[in-house]
Amino acid sequence: MSLSLDQVQRIAELARIELAPGEAEQTRDQLNGIFVLIEEMQAVDTAGVEPMAHAQDVAQRLREDRAVETDRHQAFQKGAPEVEAGLYLVPKVIE
Amino acid sequence: MINASLKELAAALAAKQVSSLELATLFLERIAQFNPALNAFITVDGEKSLAMAREADARIARGEGGPLTGIPIAHKDIFCAEGWLTTCGSKMLSNFVSPYDATVIERFKAAGTVTLGKTNMDEFAMGSSNETSFYGPVKNPWDPAVVPGGSSGGSAAAVSARLTPAATGTDTGGSIRQPAALCGLTGLKPTYGVVSRYGMIAFASSLDQAGPMAKSAEDCALMLNAMAGFDARDSTSLEREAEDYTRDLGQPLAGLRVGLPKEFFAEGLSADVAQAVEAAIAEYRRLGAVTVDVSLPNMNLSVPAYYVIAPAEASSNLSRFDGVRYGWRAPQYGDLADMYCKSRAQGFGAEVKRRILIGTYVLSHGYYDAYYLQAQRIRRLIARDFVEAFRQCDLIMGPTSPTVAFALGDKAGDPVQMYLSDIYTIAVNLAGLPGMSIPCGFGNQGRPVGLQIIGNYFGEARMLNAAHQYQLATDWHRRAPTR
Repeated sequence: MSLSLDQVQRIAELARIELAPGEAEQTRDQLNGIFVLIEEMQAVDTAGVEPMAHAQDVAQRLREDRAVETDRHQAFQKGAPEVEAGLYLVPKVIE
Repeated sequence: MINASLKELAAALAAKQVSSLELATLFLERIAQFNPALNAFITVDGEKSLAMAREADARIARGEGGPLTGIPIAHKDIFCAEGWLTTCGSKMLSNFVSPYDATVIERFKAAGTVTLGKTNMDEFAMGSSNETSFYGPVKNPWDPAVVPGGSSGGSAAAVSARLTPAATGTDTGGSIRQPAALCGLTGLKPTYGVVSRYGMIAFASSLDQAGPMAKSAEDCALMLNAMAGFDARDSTSLEREAEDYTRDLGQPLAGLRVGLPKEFFAEGLSADVAQAVEAAIAEYRRLGAVTVDVSLPNMNLSVPAYYVIAPAEASSNLSRFDGVRYGWRAPQYGDLADMYCKSRAQGFGAEVKRRILIGTYVLSHGYYDAYYLQAQRIRRLIARDFVEAFRQCDLIMGPTSPTVAFALGDKAGDPVQMYLSDIYTIAVNLAGLPGMSIPCGFGNQGRPVGLQIIGNYFGEARMLNAAHQYQLATDWHRRAPTR
């Protein structure tokens, strides 16, 4: 497997990371190098092996559905790039 | 005082031979003196530290001190600490002052420790040399031309240079054990789920685990006592009875079965490391342990499987950094999508971007089965190998890292070579087992070598026992870089 430049651009778009002009080639070459390593997995027959998503076989805990946290939005929004009236500001998305 | 164990420091504090304020002052002075050359700390805030020390002294005076009250420690900058800059080694969080405490921080506060500062690390814990930090590389106190290991390289260098008695670290693929080995320290990654991940900035959630880095196994046991415990705020925290990790330190090792996986001693292990590790195993035999040959046949697949699973989880975890709620926002942008793309392009370094891209790809439509599910199946095979091996032994031992510390810049341009420096540690994270590294001698150029000890699930006390007994019989852990 080898990634094309178009594929690298598409992945970067999905990941919301802008690639500067010229950066895509270098990124492609490095990713392809890493995928040579990753491809070693493909030679292994894993038919019938259950995928392991987690280190411990435990079920998710449930808790009562009630508010347990206090409202600290002012503290949490202190570090935000742009806030007005308790709202996060972003460029206009709806005309 | 700078070489004292945590127990000795606690005794000196209790006997009023020293105050917490004096201890904090001493280590802050050392930081001021040596950190400019080492770059082990990202943030130091003497006023905050001294206020905590005064509080600890008052607590000790009231007779309410615990085993760690008044002892200064440093925290990896991955732990959110209220009122402290918490950067995770990234430009993305270079302006982030945490509004809350991670559970680990909260627990250490409750124990009465004094925070000396936040230590440098590879960006978002992605790296094995501390060279990916936005704040610049950390230097190894044994030799400033070589790396301290990573990602907890700042914590490792700080303890090694005696800028702090102990520190916290986190380990996703070896990030406590490998820097501990390269800096000549004792470091422990607990069983997955033993220490809460709440407030610990997430890299790969199914692998991340916090642990202590210190000068000895006994110190690590005391640190772990403070760190471990159930936390309802971490959905993967395990509900277990509290343990005293110091309880078995004094047990003799007679009859201990030590498994030696042949894959740990195969091609790729450098001769100087092999020699030191074999000498350590011979010492264990002298202490009464019996060695057993075991095999982890799928270990060679751990690095490829890890570099699918960890980036996949990272790509999801790091999607929260969008320049909206906190962290870096690009100064100039067009629409919302452009703001995301530019903020992330500017806020993340090259290695973090690489891993996000790998993760995005392996999780994307049409590739999920071939990469992500296949990696998870291999993860199962690796975990089964350990189950099989632990039928024949109590602990597994081998090298922590295939080489001693390498030169700064040596592997920085070659991600694959860098990834392979974690070849002996990654499988432990995939299986969720506890692992530690203890100093066991010196290799080429007098650089430290680490012995890795892997335990069965919840085998921390047994590992610490084995490490402590070795440290009673040897003095490698007492060696410090000359300064």
